[in-house]
Amino acid sequence: MPLAVVDAQTLVDSVALGAVYALMAVGIGLVFGVLRLVNFAYGQLVMAGAYTLAFTSHFHPAVSIAACFAVVIALSTAIDLAVFRPLRGQSPAVMLVTTFALAFLLQAVARIVDVRDGTIGEPVRVVGRLNRAVDVAGVNVRQVTILAIVLGVVMLGLLALLLGRTTIGLHMRAAAADFRTARLLGVRSDRVIGFAVFLSAVLAALVAVVLTVRRPLVTPAYGLQETIVVLVGVVVGGLDRLWTATLGGFAIGFATGLINGVLPTDKTIFLPTAVFTLVILVLLLRPGGLFAPRGAATVERV
Amino acid sequence: MSTAAETQAGDGAGDVLRASSVSRSFAGVRALQDVTLEVRRHEVVGLIGPNGAGKSTLVNVLSGFDRPDDGAVELAGRDVTGWNASRRARAGLARTFQHSRAFPSLSVRENVEVAALGIGARPREAARRADALLELLGLEKLAAVTASALSHGDERRLGVARALATEPHFVLMDEPAAGLPEAELPEFAAVVRSVRDEHDAGVLLVDHNVALVMDVCDRIQVLDQGRTLAEGPPGEIRANLDVAAAYLGESAAE
Repeated sequence: MPLAVVDAQTLVDSVALGAVYALMAVGIGLVFGVLRLVNFAYGQLVMAGAYTLAFTSHFHPAVSIAACFAVVIALSTAIDLAVFRPLRGQSPAVMLVTTFALAFLLQAVARIVDVRDGTIGEPVRVVGRLNRAVDVAGVNVRQVTILAIVLGVVMLGLLALLLGRTTIGLHMRAAAADFRTARLLGVRSDRVIGFAVFLSAVLAALVAVVLTVRRPLVTPAYGLQETIVVLVGVVVGGLDRLWTATLGGFAIGFATGLINGVLPTDKTIFLPTAVFTLVILVLLLRPGGLFAPRGAATVERV
Repeated sequence: MSTAAETQAGDGAGDVLRASSVSRSFAGVRALQDVTLEVRRHEVVGLIGPNGAGKSTLVNVLSGFDRPDDGAVELAGRDVTGWNASRRARAGLARTFQHSRAFPSLSVRENVEVAALGIGARPREAARRADALLELLGLEKLAAVTASALSHGDERRLGVARALATEPHFVLMDEPAAGLPEAELPEFAAVVRSVRDEHDAGVLLVDHNVALVMDVCDRIQVLDQGRTLAEGPPGEIRANLDVAAAYLGESAAE
């Protein structure tokens, strides 16, 4: 890749996209850690948050954002209670297929809900002003770009503190390592799972806020493509290792941004091809994930 | 020599872990047949016998990892036969495993802390207890090391430290000395004694190392082919094993 083509603008944008994807990767990775469940419907949480922002556009932004968090957290908790909990102990394949179905169900529901003006798609205005650019060291940067990077860094930092320094964090790591033994040692599984689901919902709501600034037109398929790309990043990073999975999410976001910036405008159609080819190559060469120690045994599933 | 089935509990019912006439079959193979075993608090009971004698099955039945087809398990005066392992653990029954069940990605200290926190200790108290237990087991220098990096013997010790962190009334140790170097056995025997004397717990010690079991146990029960073969103090069992070995070959003394 000719580096001269990559200007500072593209670099900053790519970092911001990487940060958003990293937040989604953490959201997916947290739930996978304790439930061994790949939540394909994660993007639909983002979609629900985005629709909430769209439908509450006429309120004060703070109200609108609060509503977004409330809806996403409520939906996430409801899904955990109604779907994930009864499925506990099922094979990963069953759970994955169920989350597929869930993703498309939620999309279908969105299509029913979203009938204003007979057109599908709702523009979000709430925090649109974050699209204004500011000048940072001679580079024009949109405020939302800065927000995404700051949010990514702050949230990952907070999460590191939470997992490393608190009781619930220690319990989550223990449960992620060996759920049965953790339960045997008195770790309360429902609390740990509930907390992971809650955290992942908070992240989904944050992602909804940032994404709707970048792409204000909310459609039923909102967040779906991002989920696929992030899942790929998570797999590349190593599904059972939260931090490398996050790094994988960031890497694929960053790479997407970079390739997008480098490709001529009329060639952007090749972007997904390039990204997914890269991913297949990585998985062929390093099936355990990009960051797996060489020769490491496959981690035993709970 | 008396058979275990005839042994009566001398202490109050609250201080006994008891399997009463338990039987368990796997696909027609009788792993346990009408076995009764008792562990009182403040005593170390050894469980020995050849491979396939039913020792691990009995430990699983006691700890709630397996249910007996017949018979009952009693913990501190309550019938816990229908309780799962987690519930029995919360009621004061801890166990170690033949294969390490340490959380590989957590540090040695964190492994012990999880167990202490699990029974409701405050974080500060959990950390303090973890440090004390790591010192007891000689793991204090490895406190910050990731558990996956431990040697086999250190893994065993971590398993014991973790079991003790739950402040159990009874500890089931499933082959805790396997993989320990011969030179460390006396030190390990001291740890088992301190579990009895300082932690005031009852210990069921399952191990192939007959010398260790003879050395540390107050009472020994011998299983063979799912049945209790003998039960009594170490000296008596030693003599019996010699007799058995003379008549039956080495199998009973393995």
